[in-house]
Amino acid sequence: MSDVRNREAHDAAEKAATYEWGFTSDIEQEFAPKGLSEDTVRFISGKKNEPEWMLDWRLKAYRKWLEMRAPDWAKMQVPPIDYQDAYYYAAPKKKIELASLDELDPEIRRTYEKLGIPIEEQKVLAGVAGARKVAVDAVFDSVSVATTFREELKKAGVIFLSISEAIREYPEMIRKWLGKVVPMHDNYFATLNSAVFSDGTFVYIPEGVRCPMELSTYFRINAANTGQFERTLIVADRGSYVSYLEGCTAPMRDENQLHAAVVELVALDDAEIKYSTVQNWYPGDSEGKGGIYNFVTKRALCQGRNSKVSWTQVETGSAITWKYPSCVLAGEGSVGEFYSVALTNNRQQADTGTKMIHLGKNSRSTIVSKGISAGRSDNTYRGLVRVGPTAENVRNFTQCDSLLLGDQCGAHTVPYIEVRNPTAQIEHEATTSKISEDQLFYAMSRGLSQEDAVALIVNGFAREVLKQLPMEFAVEAQKLLGISLEGSVG
Amino acid sequence: MLKIDNLHATIADKPILKGLDLSVNAGEIHAIMGPNGAGKSTLGYVLGGRAGYEVTEGAVTFDGKDLLDMGADERAAAGLFLGFQYPVEIPGVSNVQFLRTALNAQRRARGDEEMSAGDFLRLSRAQADALGMSMDMMKRPVNVGFSGGEKKRNEMVQMGILDPKLAILDETDSGLDIDALRVVGDGINRIMRKPDKAVLLITHYQRLLEIVEPDFVHVLAAGRIVRSGGAELALELEREGYGAIAA
Repeated sequence: MSDVRNREAHDAAEKAATYEWGFTSDIEQEFAPKGLSEDTVRFISGKKNEPEWMLDWRLKAYRKWLEMRAPDWAKMQVPPIDYQDAYYYAAPKKKIELASLDELDPEIRRTYEKLGIPIEEQKVLAGVAGARKVAVDAVFDSVSVATTFREELKKAGVIFLSISEAIREYPEMIRKWLGKVVPMHDNYFATLNSAVFSDGTFVYIPEGVRCPMELSTYFRINAANTGQFERTLIVADRGSYVSYLEGCTAPMRDENQLHAAVVELVALDDAEIKYSTVQNWYPGDSEGKGGIYNFVTKRALCQGRNSKVSWTQVETGSAITWKYPSCVLAGEGSVGEFYSVALTNNRQQADTGTKMIHLGKNSRSTIVSKGISAGRSDNTYRGLVRVGPTAENVRNFTQCDSLLLGDQCGAHTVPYIEVRNPTAQIEHEATTSKISEDQLFYAMSRGLSQEDAVALIVNGFAREVLKQLPMEFAVEAQKLLGISLEGSVG
Repeated sequence: MLKIDNLHATIADKPILKGLDLSVNAGEIHAIMGPNGAGKSTLGYVLGGRAGYEVTEGAVTFDGKDLLDMGADERAAAGLFLGFQYPVEIPGVSNVQFLRTALNAQRRARGDEEMSAGDFLRLSRAQADALGMSMDMMKRPVNVGFSGGEKKRNEMVQMGILDPKLAILDETDSGLDIDALRVVGDGINRIMRKPDKAVLLITHYQRLLEIVEPDFVHVLAAGRIVRSGGAELALELEREGYGAIAA
């Protein structure tokens, strides 16, 4: 008995050495009954005091989902998922509606402190003078537990709150936009999300407003056997600007957990949304046991003239990542950008990229993808550039670079280009390289340890993307790339 | 400072160094000359600690410590600098960032405090100025798009910043025009000609030795030092060729 315990402790310590966000918080939680049925959907909707129309929408999605099949075209091996063997709702038992942040469960507060997420405004304010403020919506399993700086944002007219609250407080806006960019029947995982989405963030930036601070949502999965289905909706009205950041971590568990999010962005005339993600869900252990299945649908509608959406993602976590943040460039002169670093190590699999759908005249898009594969992982860039028949003078530039560490990993590039208008200018560049012995020795001969040398070279490789991130995030992302590769060389 | 005793080394089981002896004291500049394929670059790599170069026999001590037991990064922290014949490009990593990371890694390994960003910038500016390199180039990715001469100059800037005890410079003069040779040679003298430092210059030609005057010249042929002498030996080599002397 004690041997087993020792071994467990040893294993846990070893794992914790490489994934420092893998702790579990001991919090009393309330769950939906295990499994998925119409009752589950009703339970979730009821927990959130949703109006009838919302429940109907969810049920419609659920019935649709029953008829659908999981996509199998990605270059991934996904073990069968038993959708009845999971919980679809987990929430801290303490009451959700807090009069102030002081009422927050201290254990949850400690969790976010450990993660380094500022959910206390005074802490942010007490920080270094001149430090930029970041407003945070903290989502813990299925519910939003804290949203900061609401008052200050309100003064600017910015709406920033959990989507559950938004459904109750701003029903017209939600009905107008929810499911408009990612339709309920879009794909298997998006449809599942539409049925059981638990929480997430709603942002509205009014006409002409430049959001006075960065907005961010921090997602934390804590409960075991629980799926997280968050839903984010951001609407940027005419001439507005917002920069939004998203971060995610989860405890280390031996079983897999499903994360199926939907993110919808809408940019009206001259509006700009900058959406940055640092995804660091638990990737599983070195043998591929455990880890998050990250099956996410993210899409932006650049509806207005000269609207712009920029996706930046740094993907280092998750056992399996299936994700294609996309832009529908409907507005004339609209701009879509996709900057991505996807790093896979050990047994991780990633199939990620973007879709740039050009419908508007003079619309432009830029795609820069940097894939880093190590261990026995598989890393695929999959991207689509489509130009519609009436979209004149479209321009796209795509660059896909892959970096390999070791000789047991895979890097794949699958670009699809569909052009139906002869005035389009499409450029595609791709490279594949390995970290060379020369580079490693050169850096080490100057005093860098092997791990630091690898981290430095990889960060250099990813620089074009990292420099798109807000500064605080860029620093975190740089460290993350180094940590995620520990033990991958030598 | 450096003591090499009966050094044998192989690459992929092929013997390259076959019983090399050499002793370098503080304050000395040694030149190693010799024909192609004699093992000059191999000597540099073996001393630098490159993977794939296997020492099969012999010993090397650096300040009394077993050099061969140390990793490449530990050798750097102990004060050894290897100037590359073909400096390597590292895309996306600026010279400044690279050197600051390296310098601070060395300082940490020695138990010293890290250098602040401000102090480092002053130091790198001074070293770049002394070698006629602009700060603009210091901010560019390491060696990317640099000409052959700029790369060699950059090696000297790195040496100036890292301030080693022992520099092993592998054909630092190759690919340099006369003016650049002068700049690089002056750099070596300025940085390394000090009582507590030493240099091992690996070169083919006499011309660098006119600027950096060696205290000792050694001829390396077929994996061993076959002859040693003073600065005049380099002139003799230039006149007679390696054939006559190594024979």
